[in-house]
Amino acid sequence: MDVFNLIFYHFLLLPHDLEPASDIAYRIWSCWNLEIRFLWSAPFCSLWGSCWNLKIWFQRYHSFGIKGDHFDMDLKQRQSSETLTNPSDPNGQSENRFPSPSFPHVDSQHQKWDMATSPNYDTQMDVPFTEYQPLPNPPSSQSFGSEHVTKRAVQLNTMPITCSLQDWDPQLMLTNLSFLEQKIQQLQSIIRSIVSEECPISDLAAHQQLATADLTTIIIQLISTAGTLLPSVKNTLPVTNSSPNGLSNILEPSSSAPLNTSLHSNEILAVGQHHGLDYDDQVKGCGAEQNQMNDSDPLVSMEDNDSKEYEDAMDGENLPPGSYEVLQLEKEEILAPHTHFCAICGKGFKRDANLRMHMRGHGDEYKTPAALSKPAKDSNSEPPLIKRYSCPYVGCKRNKDHKKFQPLKTILCVKNHYKRSHCDKSYTCSRCNCKKFSVIADLKTHEKHCGRDKWLCSCGTTFSRKDKLFGHVALFQGHSPVLPVDEPKFIGAAEQVQSSEGIGCIGSRGFGVGSSSSNGGPNALEVKGIDGHGYFSTINFDTSNFSGIPEFPQSGFEVTENSFSFIPSGSCTFGQKDVMNPNSNIL
Amino acid sequence: MDSTSSSCFEKLNEEIIFTILDYLEENPLDKKSLALVSKYFYLIESRHRKTLKPLRQDLLPSVVSRRYRSLRSLDLALCPLITDKTLTLVSHHCRSTLRSVNLSKSMLFTHVGLSDLVLNCEFLVDIDLSNGTDLTDCAAAAISRAKNLEKLSLARCKLITDLGIGCIAVGCPKLKSINLKWCLGLSDLGVGLVAIKCRELRHLDLSHMQVTKKCLPSIIKLPCLEELILAGCIGIDDKGLTTLPLGCQSLKTLDISNCFNVSHKGLSSITNGAMLLSQLILSQCTPVTQALAESLQKLPNLQSIILDGCHVTSAGLKAIGSCSFSLRELNLRKCHGVTDEGLSFLVTKHKELKKLDITCCRKITHVSIASITSSCPWLLSLRMESCGLVPKESFALIGSSCRFLEELDVTDNEVDDEGLKSISRCSRLRSLKVGICSKISDTGLIHVGLSCPQLVELDLYRVIGVTDVGVAAISSGCPRLQMINLAYCPEITDESLRSLSKCLRLTTLEMRGCPRITSVGLSAVAMGCKQISKIDIKKCHEINDAGMLPLAKFSQHLRQINLSYCSVTDVGLLALANISHLQNMTILHLRGLTPNGLAAALLACGGLIKVKLHSAFKPLLNQTLINHMEARGCTFHWRDKPFQGEVDKKIWKVH
Repeated sequence: MDVFNLIFYHFLLLPHDLEPASDIAYRIWSCWNLEIRFLWSAPFCSLWGSCWNLKIWFQRYHSFGIKGDHFDMDLKQRQSSETLTNPSDPNGQSENRFPSPSFPHVDSQHQKWDMATSPNYDTQMDVPFTEYQPLPNPPSSQSFGSEHVTKRAVQLNTMPITCSLQDWDPQLMLTNLSFLEQKIQQLQSIIRSIVSEECPISDLAAHQQLATADLTTIIIQLISTAGTLLPSVKNTLPVTNSSPNGLSNILEPSSSAPLNTSLHSNEILAVGQHHGLDYDDQVKGCGAEQNQMNDSDPLVSMEDNDSKEYEDAMDGENLPPGSYEVLQLEKEEILAPHTHFCAICGKGFKRDANLRMHMRGHGDEYKTPAALSKPAKDSNSEPPLIKRYSCPYVGCKRNKDHKKFQPLKTILCVKNHYKRSHCDKSYTCSRCNCKKFSVIADLKTHEKHCGRDKWLCSCGTTFSRKDKLFGHVALFQGHSPVLPVDEPKFIGAAEQVQSSEGIGCIGSRGFGVGSSSSNGGPNALEVKGIDGHGYFSTINFDTSNFSGIPEFPQSGFEVTENSFSFIPSGSCTFGQKDVMNPNSNIL
Repeated sequence: MDSTSSSCFEKLNEEIIFTILDYLEENPLDKKSLALVSKYFYLIESRHRKTLKPLRQDLLPSVVSRRYRSLRSLDLALCPLITDKTLTLVSHHCRSTLRSVNLSKSMLFTHVGLSDLVLNCEFLVDIDLSNGTDLTDCAAAAISRAKNLEKLSLARCKLITDLGIGCIAVGCPKLKSINLKWCLGLSDLGVGLVAIKCRELRHLDLSHMQVTKKCLPSIIKLPCLEELILAGCIGIDDKGLTTLPLGCQSLKTLDISNCFNVSHKGLSSITNGAMLLSQLILSQCTPVTQALAESLQKLPNLQSIILDGCHVTSAGLKAIGSCSFSLRELNLRKCHGVTDEGLSFLVTKHKELKKLDITCCRKITHVSIASITSSCPWLLSLRMESCGLVPKESFALIGSSCRFLEELDVTDNEVDDEGLKSISRCSRLRSLKVGICSKISDTGLIHVGLSCPQLVELDLYRVIGVTDVGVAAISSGCPRLQMINLAYCPEITDESLRSLSKCLRLTTLEMRGCPRITSVGLSAVAMGCKQISKIDIKKCHEINDAGMLPLAKFSQHLRQINLSYCSVTDVGLLALANISHLQNMTILHLRGLTPNGLAAALLACGGLIKVKLHSAFKPLLNQTLINHMEARGCTFHWRDKPFQGEVDKKIWKVH
């Protein structure tokens, strides 16, 4: 559990210092790849908490250039294949990797593609792998690829081969992912209710069943989404194999895996269709997404092309009016004390500049002006996408599911809002021992004015302005203004008022009796901390159920594990920076 | 009643005596007499008594604790010195029975007493704290615990701020009537909170407050508001009123007098939808034009319009005349621009008029009076002081047509004996004011005395032709007479007073500037009219200490006296000081008065509230004495008027 927490907090980072509109393709790819890879390892199951977590998590990976040992494994495999493929046919690789600008074209073609591929499935099942090799690529991709070869071949020549994925639809992928997100939120709210309400055992069982059902849906959905990418994997193979260097020999040991995978994906997709998902669309969507992913090199700036596409993709989602992106951070991320973490030693910082200063101690490579300078935003890029934030608290007006959703403007707004509205007020003013705050800056502001707030309500709230007090009194039933205590004659009357109305705060505020109120703060905080643990543990608990779902035989997992090692051709780009993942021991 | 033997009265059932007592509400002295018949009656009267208006605070605790145990209403208006201790005692004895307390003229009490009062008498419904200029927010906070309070007056409680009224608003949700007149410490916030929290408010008086439009929206939303008084609220203007989406629907009475910044536009927005509005007070406000009349047209139930001091146009009056509502009351007092044309048209359309005030409408003539008398036969009250152009023939019309008149004010008019003879045909007349009508003589008064037995009030101010004969006729024909003003009637002698002494109900006697009156006449009045409470004998030079002695002995209800220019000395004043009810004295230019005598009289007179003295006395009196008197609740008014040797006939309206 400690290990889990460490990695959890390490990766639950706030993305506000990231480049805007990071590469969606890359992100999705990371999600897809790593989720599948680590899905079944127990500590990571809790990270399933939300798709969004994972997105940010992988963004982190990207931005720090971190790669775990799993990346290394990937990298070794990749590199082994690349070393063989690259010198042999660099043109052929790059040809196939840049079909994304042809999106409209692709869409018009996808019917054709369907026609072409659906029989291939059948054949793929039956015919040996070698027979599959000569399958021709769709002609359009070739014609496209040739344009890009000259442009990017040099920088991208290390990238592995992918197939022509014109028919893969990123929008659909996004839709699927957002569906997943919603599902996970539902699940979260269920579990939260279990945690918070301490419902009776009978209800608990019901809740567990619900959670299990939801989780099943999520897993099926996720795997089916991932599975849509499989045909493209299948398409990669011929390309790789078509190289004259006899790469097929090297790939031979794993060559059976793609077949298994496609079989398996068919099964899963069949399940997915039960959930109202269109297989064709998925295939198409995944393919397109894959294109996009491969097109964009995460290290070379990819926002130029993709931010717009991302925006377009978001339009298809059920977004509130106004073309802004709604982001939602999780409670833990919001409450995390640090937002920037050292990739090497794990130390947390509040500002990225401090982190960069810290990084100097880890080696000379961090002392270069480029490493020390603020990550420059692309000056020539499109105006950044407007981002708005949603509060994770369900039912809050700032939550995106609220009818009258009002987004928060910045991460800082999210943090302050969440703390003010949904957290305990743990900071007590030392002067008045009465006023409490959840945001320390509020406490400091109050302490500047404390004692000067002369307008007091019977509930103990003080106001610096009379009209504010009267607005408050007008709003709440039973609250009444309290006269300033410096009129000594009134003390008796005030106490009587207090006793008669049963409002205890006057005394504690006015007459300095209520030290007990200040003690309530830390206690409440402790309770809350326990709550937090409970929250995690329930997730873990659920994940144990999760692994027992009968629809996913053990063999299936193994297959995915193996087969997917082929797919992340883009992951090679990660490996290019040899940065040690500090958490590799965990994995 | 008090003459027969007690034994036969004791056979009377308690309920019968209760019924008798119920009929004696009019005069408190009757009940007092009844209670003095026997111990039995005393007991029953004390059980029956529900209201008490004591004259002296010192006996209050014993009276409340022993005699009257079931008081519902306690009026302390005559007790200036009510301490916290008194209030506490009263509250302990009255407990749950007490419903209403009037502390409007009292001082010395603080929030402590009020707190006890409110806590012990939990069913208090009505508290009058007017003129509590020393009351602070603490008092308001104490009041706020009277959860059943329905009526509260805080007029002139200038120290109470928004916080205090906020406490009251929250603590007294049942408030139906609140008077915040002259509460200069309050702002929109407090008033707004009252309107938000006290949803049952029916009467709201915000006169002369510094409120603006900000408090209006919440006031407008009060569901039951019937009476809204915004008199003298200068902060309220058309701009604020026109922004209101809807007027006050339930309003019955609206007073926006002296709101100089409100015109017909503001008026129509605040009365928008007020279908029940019956009374509109626009004194000193917007000019009465056709536009105003048009805004009134939407008010079908309007019965009373007070246009005191407005500028009036004939077109405006005609437009009001052609409105659909039927007026009962119209006040055009001191309105400029009232002409025969406009007024005649108006009264011909509103035949239901019962009260009409055309005081100082100097342009109207016989035409108007003819229209009024012919159109409005049901007139009960007609005030037409100083309508100089109305000829004497008009008054004959009034007497012949308006037979139901109860109140007539023809001060400073051309009315003569013939007119008075005609007026005397209004046999229900209760109040007749014929001051400064120099053409009136005894002849006319004899007619009045013969035909108006209901007369309660008669004003003969500066009616030079009146002699003892006329006064005798009045006093014999009008036994209900309570107030008579004989000021500056130089022919009046002791004989008049001797005849007036037959009017047992006389309470107010004004005879300043009657030089022929002596102590003999005053003694006669003092012995005959035991209920007399106000006497003005200023400039009756002949009255001396001999007149004061019987006054001190017999007129135990005397509360107010003006002795200026009389020949009264220390002796007379000291004798007067024995009158325990005496509260108000004006002692200017008393030649025989010495500082020591004055000091002794002041000290002896325990109930004094207000003393008007010449400023020459101020350095002569010991400062500690003045302080002592002020601590007892007496206020001194120092005047520096020069001595007027002779009665100057050219000075009108001296009082």
